[in-house]
Amino acid sequence: MGELAHGAGGQIPAAEVPEMELPHPHGWWSTYVFSQDAKVIGIQYALTALAIGMVALVLSWLMRLQLGFPDTFTFIDPQAYYQFITMHGMIMVVYLLTALFLGGFGNYLIPLMLGARDMVFPFVNMLSFWVYLLAVLVLVASFFVPGGPTGAGWTLYPPQAILSGTPGRDWGIVLMLLSLCLFIAGFTMGGLNYVVTVLQARTRGMTLMRMPLTVWGIFTATVMALLAFPALFVGAVMLLLDRLLGTSFFMPTLVEMGQQLRYGGGSPILFQHLFWFFGHPEVYIVALPAFGIVSDLISTHARRNIFGYRMMVWAIVIIGALSFVVWAHHMYVSGMHPWFGFFFATTTLIIAIPTAIKVYNWLLTLWRGNIHLNVPMLFALGFIVTFVNGGLTGLFLGNVVVDVPLSDTMFVVAHFHMVMGVAPVMVIFGGIYHWYPKMTGRMLDDTMGKIHFWVTFLGAYAIFFPMHYLGLLGVPRRYHTIGETSFVPASAADLNAFISVVALVVGAAQMLFLFNLLWSLRHGRESGPNPWRATTLEWQTPETPPGHGNWGKELPVVHRWAYDYAVPGAPEDFVPQNEALPPPAHVAKGEATA
Amino acid sequence: MAVALILVLVAVGSVTFHLLSPWWWTPIASNWSYIDATITVTFWITGVVFVAVVLFMAYCVFRFRSRPGQRATYEPENKRLEIWLTVATALGVAAMLAPGLFVWHRFVTVPTDATDIEIVGQQWLWSYRLPGEDGKLGAVETRLISPENPLGLVPGDAAGRDDVIIQGDDLHLPIGRPVRVLLRSIDVLHDFYVPEFRAKMDMIPGAVTYFWFTPTRTGTFDVLCAELCGSGHAVMRSRVVVQSTEDYQAWLDGQRRFAQASR
Repeated sequence: MGELAHGAGGQIPAAEVPEMELPHPHGWWSTYVFSQDAKVIGIQYALTALAIGMVALVLSWLMRLQLGFPDTFTFIDPQAYYQFITMHGMIMVVYLLTALFLGGFGNYLIPLMLGARDMVFPFVNMLSFWVYLLAVLVLVASFFVPGGPTGAGWTLYPPQAILSGTPGRDWGIVLMLLSLCLFIAGFTMGGLNYVVTVLQARTRGMTLMRMPLTVWGIFTATVMALLAFPALFVGAVMLLLDRLLGTSFFMPTLVEMGQQLRYGGGSPILFQHLFWFFGHPEVYIVALPAFGIVSDLISTHARRNIFGYRMMVWAIVIIGALSFVVWAHHMYVSGMHPWFGFFFATTTLIIAIPTAIKVYNWLLTLWRGNIHLNVPMLFALGFIVTFVNGGLTGLFLGNVVVDVPLSDTMFVVAHFHMVMGVAPVMVIFGGIYHWYPKMTGRMLDDTMGKIHFWVTFLGAYAIFFPMHYLGLLGVPRRYHTIGETSFVPASAADLNAFISVVALVVGAAQMLFLFNLLWSLRHGRESGPNPWRATTLEWQTPETPPGHGNWGKELPVVHRWAYDYAVPGAPEDFVPQNEALPPPAHVAKGEATA
Repeated sequence: MAVALILVLVAVGSVTFHLLSPWWWTPIASNWSYIDATITVTFWITGVVFVAVVLFMAYCVFRFRSRPGQRATYEPENKRLEIWLTVATALGVAAMLAPGLFVWHRFVTVPTDATDIEIVGQQWLWSYRLPGEDGKLGAVETRLISPENPLGLVPGDAAGRDDVIIQGDDLHLPIGRPVRVLLRSIDVLHDFYVPEFRAKMDMIPGAVTYFWFTPTRTGTFDVLCAELCGSGHAVMRSRVVVQSTEDYQAWLDGQRRFAQASR
């Protein structure tokens, strides 16, 4: 064991981290609004993402009302329905999940977990949030323009997205594309910050292989996002030019409603390649931070070191790299050259191997642990169930020929909601319950948390597990109403109604969560600095919530990896990373190599 | 205790639902039963893994739940175990991928005796074109599309003169004869989708895509559009009638040819 990368007995690098100059706030506005403190920016990101997420939640209710009880709600006509699904999808994937994991958790946790005073470019970091907020406002504005928001589906495939058979063709699509460009610009400012901070601002002793997996997940996801988002950016700009200036990047010769249009020579499928070259890494941009965070939740609440830390790190990096060569598995039936299917099916199924390793290691961390079923741990367990379920159905859709009958059916909808909707959201909730005490100094209420967990977990599972079978039956996705068919039995309507009722209940449970966030701010139990008895640096700050600059006079010095739980011979069942003594077990036993 | 029990119930409940579900794939009507077989293999492998993972988790939650005086075991890694698990996973993945790629090879290899037919999508209507006695479809050009020539056939092309054009009516196909379906769209993306055939493919304006299948069962099957194509997406319907060779021939003889229609 002496060769372990986290070998706690090794030397501490002598390099000093230079003190950074912090732009200290003067007064209320620069403390809470135009703040350059990453912690405040993180909370601003998180609150904005949760707010826009509420819009997406309401949209999902409206969709489910239509699907569960067709012809009952006459205001949901096909146009409105397609606008709801489009906005729901885009908000959830980009404006909620991406923003909350990277902008929210990333900003709050990276400097704290690495023992840094702040992000390295605080002003650019602040700008990142304000551009994100602007992107959100532009997106919301599309609800109020003539014609309403775009109804092109969140994938925005041309030619349909910019032709008149699709709702929101006049203003909606333009605002959507502009908002995406703004989002990407804002994200790039933040993303460069996270990368440079991880590489340059770690405190003494915090080697890369001692970083908590949360940081590894967010760091890798950020690098991926910086490489993937430009593809969406150029796709959006080109589509905008096609729409506004009449260029033909994606527009071939076509006849719309009997009318010859002036487009010609473009390729609709080029957009799909650009979109999914972003879109597939995007799945892992959301998943990798979730992997990282859930690893830390499991380790802390099972009071056991994360099992196979180095494998976990390499799995994150390998998944990140592989995710750039699997994008066309979203396009098996797009009409691209069918021989691509062999390549993309193989790469896609290979990615299952490092992903499975991560699952095994979470399970093996629970095994022989000392499991405290606190609310964050419950959400971590819920994550494993939903992620494994959604990951396994990915093996259906990734295996090119199996995808042929299932693509564009409700099976796909069920799959991606399980794997990149429910599972990451479980981690977001778990993370909020876990770190809320650090942000506010108070615990979230436990009873409300448990009710919230059980309703959300069991409800979401009851929504999306049966939905796969509708897809297997052949019910297509993105249908306002299935209408008369010979192959869909009447009982499918009952299942749809059931799913809708559960969806309403699960949505309502989120109100309890929001109430808990507010209520506990004043009435929550005081948490103290380290309520979970965790090892990582953010729990070792001199103040809780941490002040500007995080560490008081002196930066912490790191002596060990992030997972020294239940070290034999240690007086407590955890040893913080900045604690020099006692030496870890294998050093005490004289097995040290160095 | 309760948590472990609920996890067990999630695993058992999922399997029970799978076994008792009245919602299953529609009876197949094409040669692609290979696809159904691959799905079945995948269900078995993934089902076993899912149940094993959830039950193991439930066991851990029950067996290693926190009790006074308990301490976790300190064990940063276990190379042998990790290598074992990696190899087992790789084998499981290969067991799904290999048949998948094998069947995909069939899927992309069109038999030489397949008959070409053409399906054209537009908002929100299906059109079909069958070759006449020459067995060839005539050339088309999107620029030539007009009310009189809705599919844009090139008038001078001899191969197109005997083509049968069907608009707003059912497609008929003879049983047991492989067809290569050439797909075209004149406005936005569409996708010709008949659940009973299993095969489907997007239709792209500006390009011709294809897939092939052999109808194996007579009957009338619903055609749906499987690629979002605007606000009429869900009502873009048609039907395919699979008939015996004689019935099909009788139907075909009653159809008008392009040269007759455009005169």
